[in-house]
Parts: sequence; structure tokens; C-alpha cells
Amino acid sequence: MTEPLIQIESKPPTGNWRDPKVEFRKGVFCYSALPKNVTYLGMANPRSWQPTDSDWKLPSNWKEIILDGLKDRLKKFRSFRLFMDICVRCGACADKCHFYLGSGDPKNMPVMRAELLRSVYVRYFTARGRLFGAGRELTEEIIKEWFYYFYQCTECRRCSVYCPYGIDTAEITMIGRELLNLIGCNIHWILEPAANCFRTGNHLGIQPHAFKDSLEFAADELEDMTGIRVDLPINRKGAEILFVMPSADYFATPHYYTLLGYMSLFHEIGLDFTYSAYASEGGNFGLFTSHEMMKRLNAKIYDEARRLGVKWILGGECGHMWRVLHQYMDTMNGPADFLETPVSPITGTRFENARSTRMVHICEFTADLLHHNKLKLAPERNNNIVVTYHDSCNPSRAMGLLEEPRSILRQACSSFYEMPENTIREQTFCCGSGAGLGPDENLEMRLRGGFPRANAVKYVKEKYGVNMLACICAIDKASFPALMDYWVPGVQVAGVHELLGNALVMKGEKVRTKNLRGEPLPEVTHA
Amino acid sequence: MSVVFAVAESMTLVGAVPAEQAASAGQMLLWVAVPYAALAIMLAGFCYRVVKWAWSPVPFRIPTTCGQQKSLPWIRAASVDNPSTARGALVRMGLEILLFRSLFRNSRAELHDKRYLFGESKLLWLGALAFHWSLLWILVRHLRFFIQPVPAFVSVIASLDGFFQVGTPELYITDVFVVCAGLYLLLRRWSDPLVRYVSQLADYFALLLLLCIAGSGILMRYYARVDLVAVKRLALGLATFHPIVPAGLSVVFLIHLVLVCILAVYLPFGKLMHMGGAFLSPTRNLANNSRIKRHINPWNYPVKTHTYAEWEEEFRDKIKAAGIPLNEAQSDGTTHTN
Repeated sequence: MTEPLIQIESKPPTGNWRDPKVEFRKGVFCYSALPKNVTYLGMANPRSWQPTDSDWKLPSNWKEIILDGLKDRLKKFRSFRLFMDICVRCGACADKCHFYLGSGDPKNMPVMRAELLRSVYVRYFTARGRLFGAGRELTEEIIKEWFYYFYQCTECRRCSVYCPYGIDTAEITMIGRELLNLIGCNIHWILEPAANCFRTGNHLGIQPHAFKDSLEFAADELEDMTGIRVDLPINRKGAEILFVMPSADYFATPHYYTLLGYMSLFHEIGLDFTYSAYASEGGNFGLFTSHEMMKRLNAKIYDEARRLGVKWILGGECGHMWRVLHQYMDTMNGPADFLETPVSPITGTRFENARSTRMVHICEFTADLLHHNKLKLAPERNNNIVVTYHDSCNPSRAMGLLEEPRSILRQACSSFYEMPENTIREQTFCCGSGAGLGPDENLEMRLRGGFPRANAVKYVKEKYGVNMLACICAIDKASFPALMDYWVPGVQVAGVHELLGNALVMKGEKVRTKNLRGEPLPEVTHA
Repeated sequence: MSVVFAVAESMTLVGAVPAEQAASAGQMLLWVAVPYAALAIMLAGFCYRVVKWAWSPVPFRIPTTCGQQKSLPWIRAASVDNPSTARGALVRMGLEILLFRSLFRNSRAELHDKRYLFGESKLLWLGALAFHWSLLWILVRHLRFFIQPVPAFVSVIASLDGFFQVGTPELYITDVFVVCAGLYLLLRRWSDPLVRYVSQLADYFALLLLLCIAGSGILMRYYARVDLVAVKRLALGLATFHPIVPAGLSVVFLIHLVLVCILAVYLPFGKLMHMGGAFLSPTRNLANNSRIKRHINPWNYPVKTHTYAEWEEEFRDKIKAAGIPLNEAQSDGTTHTN
């Protein structure tokens, strides 16, 4: 094995943080948004530019826009005003950020990331700033610094777990990005999916006919492996349940195998459901843009559920999608009074925990099926897999979905091992590519940010022979393969429902010789 | 120590009351007006800050969940670290405020042979807890100067503090704690490279100020004994709004009082407001029940969405060709409201 090119070092920080100078070095920043996407979404200052340019072509009154925007948000968000005011710089968060641990850049310590914005707040909005000049003067250099560091935070909320006041850097980054968006400083990897999602219904820009093609292709593959043809209800009125998944599930690997898992499951239990080619995205890149954009992109889920007349909504495996669905959707686009409290048609379980929002996570749904012995599993089909589970940031720290996926994995796989305690559940480490930071041009920073997670995977690989990293997040599934190849070669990535699908014994299936990836099943000795 | 005395000597001329005589206007200003003004600034500033926070809306329910959610009945929920009820959130806040629950989780990442190890790191938690609890204890103990007769709980607090009965006057254990913990927090700021990088002048100032107040208090109790009767007469006078300036107030006491006044005035303007803010943090004081109960955003406003009708219009031919059912009845409007 060759030595990784990226060296992780831990050295004491030097220099003065007040100096805003940043270097946009290849590999550690994201390219700017294209003007056509900025225009399509009706956002500010569409133009061609790159972060490496010396002139960012900001509007002439950019300073006024930022300060007005800051003032407005201080009035709208108690979280923001409070987090600007009460940090004591105790440093508990300092070594909790994966970007700090991977880059050694002191401004990636959460306390500093917030201070970049706080110092401007102090100068313009507090007595000590206005009278005594505390804080920092807002300059174009500071805008560049903000851009660099607010697009070097994956809004994973790990720091917030350790902060004695619960200061949440995700909240600060979200507001910071909102401000940057007011003067047109945004990135391609976020605005293109957002524009696609607004137009076609999903981030990848898949139009309705291609949506259907993609599902049909998946059904063909599944038929090949199982001998069973599953139904593909799309935009079907009167179905009991609307199923919404992240678009990567039907267009990217290894997400795709998770889709095969969902399909097998829904067929096996005879679920009365429909996909939607309009609400064809559960993820929400609005979360990485602004609260307004989040609401604009999220609206289609309830709208479609209302139009189709379903009783409740089931959501697939995705991380930030669930932050929006759990903490924002009902507030932004509810009330969902046209739906009913979700009840599992198979077990009769009422999902009281979703009685207002009326949307259930598929892991909650499946864990309930398994608890009531409604599924027949052959975990030996996963005997070639030694699995560990990565808690995705948002389901763990903005929801608390910890045991449901584990209970599925424990039943679907015979070998399941946890990573060290400081790196799982609410203390889980981000993949390093969340919150829109996944483009290839940002690869070095992604690999650095993913280092602490890869570290923990390496530990269980060496100790238990783990060869599969299971997760329930579309961005995880997109980013982990490269991360594992680089830091922990030999570990593959799968969705929880892929592994469930492998193990699921379906009525009328042919003798299974392949798993959902089309790989031969492990030799099984029958008694 | 000699420096303190030297400063004290030089200040005698200005403020200390040398002998039994009627208080001059200057003395009234120093011993009465300054404390009242400081107190007024503190109260007004503190209330202003807290009210400003309290009046800003909490548009979204954003608790940081630190344990299993309440979902299926057979999965044990972490009812405190991830509360689903107001009561759970209250307990969570209690643990946060009284025992610094989140800080207790602290770990330290260390790079060993190209991998990170996460070690236990409870010293900051311990130091912070000792510092804050000692400050509270000392504050309550001081009530004996302001209330006559001294309430029973204040006497109990004081006697617990002197439990070990070491020396005369007996050593208050909180005095030891507050100095040791304060010095630890100060040294940590200076010696830990990460914390030194993030520390600002205000961080050192607040700690030094508190340490100086504690130091001058300790000086008066154990070394430069003050006339406690005089101090109490002054304090009672201030507390009952019948201020008098008794004879026999020492210079060390004056320093102590002035430092406390500086603290009071500074408190609403800087980071010491974390005292009030800790109670209001939306990531800690809300129950994680956003799918159970609808949370209202007071400034929720309609936004431009891409409606189903617009979507169908744009892709109609492709939808038809793919055999996906079209909507019979058209949807309304172009804006989404609620």
C-alpha cells in the first residue's frame, strides 16, 4: 500500500486570527455557482467569477447588504443573536471539528469559525464595538474569508454536542451562507442541485420519463436476481403512502442497491404506496443556501401528498433530508392536516412520534416490521460482510435515530461491530463532504475532513476485519467510497436497506445466487 | 502582596474613613453612589440583554439531540439527553446549568502515529464546576452582610464552607476552590496552544477581575482583618436604602468594593452574560418533538415554489409518453401559503 499523499499533522496554531487573508489553493475550495442557476432561482448578483479571482465582482453596496442582512437575521433568530453573544471561548469545541482535525487550520476550530462572523457583529452591533472599536471592520477580505470557512463546514453539529451553551456552528454557518448568498457568493455544487430540484423535482435534474426509466432499470435488475417483478407505481392517486427518497438512490452507486432493497421490501409486504416523479427528491440543498430556499424546495413534498390523497409519507435513507423533514418541514410548510397519523399497514403500529409531521423514516418503519417478525431474513447471505455502522450527522444530532438502523443491521447481518464510542452516535464524525461540499475540486479538503471517520473505520477493520461501512445518508454513500479507498482500502459502503434486501427472503423468489450488487452470495453450508 | 498594601496605602488619602466623623460628600459618593450606580447599570443592562434575547423569536425547533429519540415503544429513549417532553427538557437544562452536562462529555483528540485517539478530558469540566459553584457559594455567604438577622440558610452555607475548621478564622473551602480553579482556568488559557489562540483580552480580563475580587476578599478575612461591624453597617445601609458611611472601613475593603463595582458594570456588556444566556439556548432548552407537535414560526412567509401544475405543464409530453398519470384537475396559484 502506498503512503497517502495528504499528511495529517497536529501543530500548535500560529499567527493572529484577526488577519482575514486566505489562500484559495487547488483542492481545498469549491467552484462558484453558474450565473444561469443563480438567475433561475431568482437570487442575487448572477455573474461569472471564481474564488481565485482577485475581483469577486460584488455589488457596489455589498457592505450595506451584508450589514442589513445581519441585522435582519439577528432579529429573526434567537439562536443567532444568542450564539453571537454568549461564547466564552472555553475551547471545548476546538478539537471536535473534523475539518480542524484533518487540516490543522486553527480557523476551522468551531469557536473561530463563529468568531469570524462574531467579530463583525461585535464591531457593528454592540456598544463595545461602536464606542471602542472592538471586533473587526467588514472588508472584502473578510467576505473571502467567510466564503472559505463557511464552505468548509459541513453543518454536522458535532461541536454543538460539547458546547456548554449548545452553540451550534451549523446555525452560524447557515446564516453566514445566507449572508454570502445576498451578494452572490455561492458554490456550483449547491446551486446547481437546488436549481435542478426546483425545476425537475430532484437534485440530479432527472425528468419524469427518465425517473421512470431509472426505476424500471432497477426493477429489471431485481428481477434478474430474485425472479420477482416488482410494481412501480408513479404519481398514483389514492395510494396509502407516498414514498420519497433522495434522488441519488435511483441514479448513483452504491445508493442504487439501497433502492433495490426498498423495492424488495415494499413488494414483500405488499405495501400500498406510490413514488412521485414530482416529489422525486427528499434531500434539500436549500438547507445549504438559505431558510427561504429550504422552504421553497421542501414545499413539493406536502403539496404532492395532498394532490395524491395519500394518508402519510415514508422517507428513504438520507441525512440532511431528515434534518429538514424532522426539524423544519412541519413548521415551514405544514400543517399536514390533510394527512393522518402514520399507521403501519402491516403491524398496526401507530407512529405517534410522527403524529404531527406525518412522515416516517424508513428505518423506523422497517425496525417495527422486524420487531413484529413480519419479515423472513436469511442473514447468512451477508456472511461475507463484516459491517460497522456510521451514524450520519443529521439523523443522530438533529433527530436521535440511533437504535432503529442498528436493530435492522443486527438482524440482517451476522457480524456487526461498533466503532469506538467517541466516534459514533451523537459523537459521530462527519464524512467530510456534507452540506454541499462534495465536488471533486474540493477533494483534498474532503479527504482531510473525512480523516477522523476513516481513522475509526480503520480501527475496526484491523481489529475485527470490518469490510463494510453501512450508513443511511446519500452524501455518505457518495463520498465514503473515495474516502475509504484513500484511507482504508478494502472497505466498501452500503445502505442499511441494501443489507436488509440481501437478507430478505421473498415469497416466490428463485434460488438466490447473487446479492443486490450482482455478486455471488457467500457459500452457505446447510445442515 | 506588598504591592497590594502599597496601593492600599496610597489610596487611604482618597477614600478610607479614618475616624468617627460625619461622612463627607466625597465619601458618600464613593461608598454609596458608586455601588448604587454600578448595581443599577448591572440590573438594567442584564435585563436589557435578556429581554432582547427573549423577544427575538425561535423560528425553528432545533435541539441538538444527544441520545436515542423517542420513536418505537420497545426502543428505550434517552429522555434527558434527547428529551421529547418539556419536562425532559427541563431536566436537561437543570443538568446543563447545575452540573455542566455538555462540558462533561469533553474529550481530547491526540494524534499518535497517524491516528487520532480521543482521551478523557474532565479537567476543564472540574475546574469550571469548582469555579462557578464556589462563586455562587461565596455570593450566598455574603448575604450575611446584607440581611439582619442573618437567615438560617446563609449560616448553614457558611458553616458548611468552614466545615474543616482549619485555622482562625476558619478557612472557607470555597476560597481555596475559587482561587485554584480560577488560576487553572487562567493558566489553561495561556498554556494550551489552542485555547491561547482563541482567547481574547476580554477572556483574561474577566478571569483576572474575578480572581482579584476573590484575592482582596481573602486578604480581608485572613490577613488584613477589617472591621466587620463597619462593613455590615455599610452593607445594611445600602440594602435598606438608608445608606450611612461608618467609620473604620479599610482600604483593602475599598479595593474589594471597587472591583465588585467594575464587575457589575462590565457584566452586561461582555461574555459574562453567558450567565443569563445559557438558559435560553434553543439547542438545549427545547424538546425534540418537532414531528409530534407543530412548532410555529412567527415570521413564516409565503415563498415562490414550483407547483405541480407548473411542473406538469413543463414536462407534459414526457409524462404522457412515459405513461405516468397526469393530474385531471389543475392545481391553483403559483405561491405556496400556509
